[in-house]
Amino acid sequence: MLIQTRGVVQGSLARDLRGGWLILHAGREKAWSWLAPWCDAVAVRQWMEYRPEGMDQALDPAASLLPTHMEVGTSAPAGATTGDRVRQAMADVAGGFGLWRLGLTLGWLDIKLRYRGSMLGPFWLTISTAVWIGAMGALYGLLFHQDLHGYLPFLALSLVLWTALGGLVGDGCNTFLQSEGTIRSMRMPFFVYAIRVVVRTVIALAHNIPVVVVVFALFGAWPGMRALWCVPGFMLWTVDAFAVCIALGSLCARFRDVPPIVASVMQIAFFITPIMWQPQQLGKHNWWLKLNPFNDLLEVVRQPLLGATPSAHIWEAALAFSAAFCVLTAMLFVRVRGRLAFWM
Amino acid sequence: MARMVAENVSVDFPLYHGSARSLKKTVFARAAGRLGEDSAHRTVVQALRHINFSIGTGDRLGLIGMNGAGKTTLLRTLAGIYEPVAGRVVVDGSVSALLDTQLGMNPELTGRENIMLRGLYSGLSRPRIRQLEEDVQEFAELGEFMDLPVRMYSSGMNVRLGFGLATAIKPQVLLMDEWFLAGDARFMTKASGRLASVVEGAEILVLSSHQNQAIAKWCTRVIWLDHGRVRADGEAKEVLDLYMGQQQAA
Repeated sequence: MLIQTRGVVQGSLARDLRGGWLILHAGREKAWSWLAPWCDAVAVRQWMEYRPEGMDQALDPAASLLPTHMEVGTSAPAGATTGDRVRQAMADVAGGFGLWRLGLTLGWLDIKLRYRGSMLGPFWLTISTAVWIGAMGALYGLLFHQDLHGYLPFLALSLVLWTALGGLVGDGCNTFLQSEGTIRSMRMPFFVYAIRVVVRTVIALAHNIPVVVVVFALFGAWPGMRALWCVPGFMLWTVDAFAVCIALGSLCARFRDVPPIVASVMQIAFFITPIMWQPQQLGKHNWWLKLNPFNDLLEVVRQPLLGATPSAHIWEAALAFSAAFCVLTAMLFVRVRGRLAFWM
Repeated sequence: MARMVAENVSVDFPLYHGSARSLKKTVFARAAGRLGEDSAHRTVVQALRHINFSIGTGDRLGLIGMNGAGKTTLLRTLAGIYEPVAGRVVVDGSVSALLDTQLGMNPELTGRENIMLRGLYSGLSRPRIRQLEEDVQEFAELGEFMDLPVRMYSSGMNVRLGFGLATAIKPQVLLMDEWFLAGDARFMTKASGRLASVVEGAEILVLSSHQNQAIAKWCTRVIWLDHGRVRADGEAKEVLDLYMGQQQAA
């Protein structure tokens, strides 16, 4: 709870104690700025007080990075060729990456805002995941007489990965709707908003990783060097994540019925994808796993982290699905980019 | 040299979320004659039709017209926010659009964070964002409120913050809606110097307003918009006289 009078000074003083610790490292604010989301005001103020050279540069337009040329043509089918529209969409994506600092800050502030005023901040994510995994592990171990030794590391990893994946899909629906005010008040590459959602998801995922590490340590389930194979998997995820934000963000802006549909699809996907249960439990019925793209996408990251190597088959399926999805998303974005502002 | 060209610009607003025809009828009855259909037979409001003009360094363009004539839509289109269904807008020079007091600010974030975001939106480097912050803080007299969420601000603080922020970055092409000229007397005394420096610093100004005196004071050329079309375009005084004559007749 924020207090509006002198109390603010007291409040921020208390937090300044943590800031004081940061000030001890005053020469290295940059190195500490990663603490920003859970140090609240202090780290940010710290960041602001970072004064490198060139501080006195004047605020003149020539020095600003605002684009100095703009051409807004139509992307309506009647007035633009497909080539024009593809170029416009590509310029948007490139412009979005050009503003990566903005995307990063927006995602960061979203997390900060969500936990503003809470003592543990985003570590609530860690705690709730830990509680969830603990409870689920105990219950399922008891109900299905699973060997916890093999089951719990699998469950912990699967749940954490699914939380990120499902969270992204849910969050992706609001990619553009959430930024309505900005979209209507300034020209901005739409891709920036996708970066914002992806950054937010990555930060949330990072907070859940300690839970997996602890469970792995408790059960001695170290995957070894093979775990590094999860890197290409995560790279694929990142590409797909941008596509999800663009695709769902656009669809949900236009059709407000999409978010509940997405939510219910994801709920079913949670149960039909091997998360709570292991693929081998299906026995001879496992053929229909092949129909579930979530399974392949999950496996390219999960298997290396469990010390296994995903089969070429799984990689092929994950790549094929991702490629198809990205192509469809690109086609959608080329088509709707110019209309997005009107749908807000 | 800054330049802004609008070539045959038309903008349609799709009516997706107003479901019932009766609703459309009542809400848009005022826009009589402006409901149309696009190629896919969706109902659209023809917000702008065939707007043509070309302005260069030193030009001060005023937009006048009734409520709903398309002034703000034209500003948004010139800012590149709305994409035309036909025609195009070409701008040489950095553009900044001051459309509403909130300027896309997030009310949950603190003043400081909103300033930082605004700086990042404008592509400023970190030291210059810091500078922007000092500048705005001083103008807006926020004091300790800098680190409180914007939703806790009084409306006066809100306006000062929005105004200070918007006028801190000086573009070559300035697009301005009339809220900038509205404010209580005390605020305007304080703001007028700052506003004048931004307006005079900009090579091109496009100002939309209901206040004829403001238009007469700032603008050299005026476009009178009526139902999304150009009704008159020319010297500020001529068009204003024409407009006021019509207002009195009505």
